[in-house]
Amino acid sequence: MNDPIRESMLKKSKAAKRETFGKTISFLAIAVIVAVVAAIFYFVASKGISTFTQNGVNFWDFLTGSTWNPGSKGADGKPLVGALPMILGSFFVTILAAIIATPFAIAAAIFMTEVAGKKGTKILQPVIELLVGIPSVVYGFIGLSVVVPFVRSIFGGTGFGILAGTFVLFVMILPTVTSMTVDSLRSVPRHYREASYALAATRWQTIYKVILRSAMPGILTAIVFGMARAFGEALAVQMVIGNAFTVPNSLTTPASTLTSVLTMGMGNSVMGTLSNNALWSLALILLMMSLIFNLVIRWIGNKGGNTK
Amino acid sequence: MTKPIISTKDVHLFYGKKEVLKGISMDFYPNEITALIGPSGSGKSTLLRSLNRMNDFQDNVTITGSVNIEDKNIYAPTTNKVDLRKRVGMVFQQPNPFPFSVYENVAYGLKLEKKHTKEEIDQIVEDSLKAAAVWDDVKDKLHESALSLSGGQQQRVCIARVLAVHPEVILLDEPTSALDPISSGKIENMLLSLKDEYTIVIVTHNMGQASRISDKTGFFLDGNLVEYNKTKHIFMTPSEKETDDYISGRFG
Ligand SMILES: Nc1ncnc2c1ncn2[C@@H]1O[C@H](COP(=O)(O)OP(=O)(O)O)[C@@H](O)[C@H]1O
Ligand SMILES: [Mg+2]
Repeated sequence: MNDPIRESMLKKSKAAKRETFGKTISFLAIAVIVAVVAAIFYFVASKGISTFTQNGVNFWDFLTGSTWNPGSKGADGKPLVGALPMILGSFFVTILAAIIATPFAIAAAIFMTEVAGKKGTKILQPVIELLVGIPSVVYGFIGLSVVVPFVRSIFGGTGFGILAGTFVLFVMILPTVTSMTVDSLRSVPRHYREASYALAATRWQTIYKVILRSAMPGILTAIVFGMARAFGEALAVQMVIGNAFTVPNSLTTPASTLTSVLTMGMGNSVMGTLSNNALWSLALILLMMSLIFNLVIRWIGNKGGNTK
Repeated sequence: MTKPIISTKDVHLFYGKKEVLKGISMDFYPNEITALIGPSGSGKSTLLRSLNRMNDFQDNVTITGSVNIEDKNIYAPTTNKVDLRKRVGMVFQQPNPFPFSVYENVAYGLKLEKKHTKEEIDQIVEDSLKAAAVWDDVKDKLHESALSLSGGQQQRVCIARVLAVHPEVILLDEPTSALDPISSGKIENMLLSLKDEYTIVIVTHNMGQASRISDKTGFFLDGNLVEYNKTKHIFMTPSEKETDDYISGRFG
């Protein structure tokens, strides 16, 4: 018995085999990525937690303590690992940079999508894409040689500090936030605009009451994305913030952020010591924060999806 | 004889070099429903949109001739487009409510005017939804997103949104083509009931609809107004062969 049709029905077709092959490859790729991410989390978490489990530091003291000097002990015999200065520093620069960047980004995006027409967009779009791609060390260098002296000449002091850090981060996240805002304005369906104009709205009323409002989830996502980037930026901030481990009490005195302490300290501490573990704890906080930023972005995305 | 409320004279409209309206002269009379029929691409939407200057948003549009509303050419440089669109409202082919609540959709035009109190707005919103025959459907969900409604309900909310600002003329571009027959029927009846207060111009692909609700019908072909007359006349005894062919389904 040799029935070729029956045989070909029973055998897997070439396409089906290829399909299986493709699926296997992509499954493997995903498995590798998941494994790497899980390993990073595990590694940072286990190291970061050992400050509290092995070195006996109280977690609350770690978050709220204001003196950072992991090499020595305080009067009460406890190690001096108070991360509050860097936590505050990170939040200050991030939030301030986002607050300043938001109006600029929205204004630029409105200009590009609603005012400038095709020609203006053709010029601005590549400029912004270029700015997104500039390495952070360049921003840091410009900050160091332009922003810091500028702050010094106006406010006195050294010029290093949260203000300089904020300014550098503002310039760094502005292009990202702007281009994401542009995307969200562009995705507002054309028929919303038409409906608004047909109801006798002016252009500004339409922009303000319909376009910005419909694009709000996308704009919020852009801002949070910018904040995540600012929070995680290390090099450029470290170059201009002054790196003093004190709770910031002014915008123009040297301060530090989680990232700047990490980049400064990682090379100078010995694995397994408290000073090293404490840095891992800072890294853990950073990781947690980026997780939170991610969740917020997803959450906004879902909420926006429901109203669309 | 009553005076027309809108009167177009020899309107030519070009998209780039392409002539889409080839000299349209047409009068629209108050408290009448005028239907515009004709095959796709014949220029019906373009003419409709030229009546409230919605064509201004397209690139490369040139328009010549005049469109007079009560003896004023709306294409004169002094025309205030916002005022024009307050008098001439528009409903689109696809229901296009804003992604806001039903209430905010209907209140949108009123809030722009900034001359009504909250109580007045509430009242007008209710009246408009009633006039658009959608109040019973939405009265319990005024503050839910308009996008959660059915297509037919959305379209009636869009009509209510136009009624709320109380224009004199309402332009509708195939308002029922995306809807089921029951929703379409509701909108047809509603339009008939609005006739006493408004002048209505409706583009439709549906011959039955045109013959059921309109007083006058204009037949468009290739950018020309081939024939424009009482609806009865157009459907029973058309003067032009093309009109006859189109109505009896021989092309289009
Ligand atoms: N924005 C535009 N740019 C260029 N051509 C257009 C534009 N809008 C419509 N047209 C063309 O104008 C003609 C008339 O279109 P339209 O008024 O929409 O016809 P109808 O509503 O009768 O189907 C069509 O040939 C169409 O392709
Ligand atoms: Mg059309």
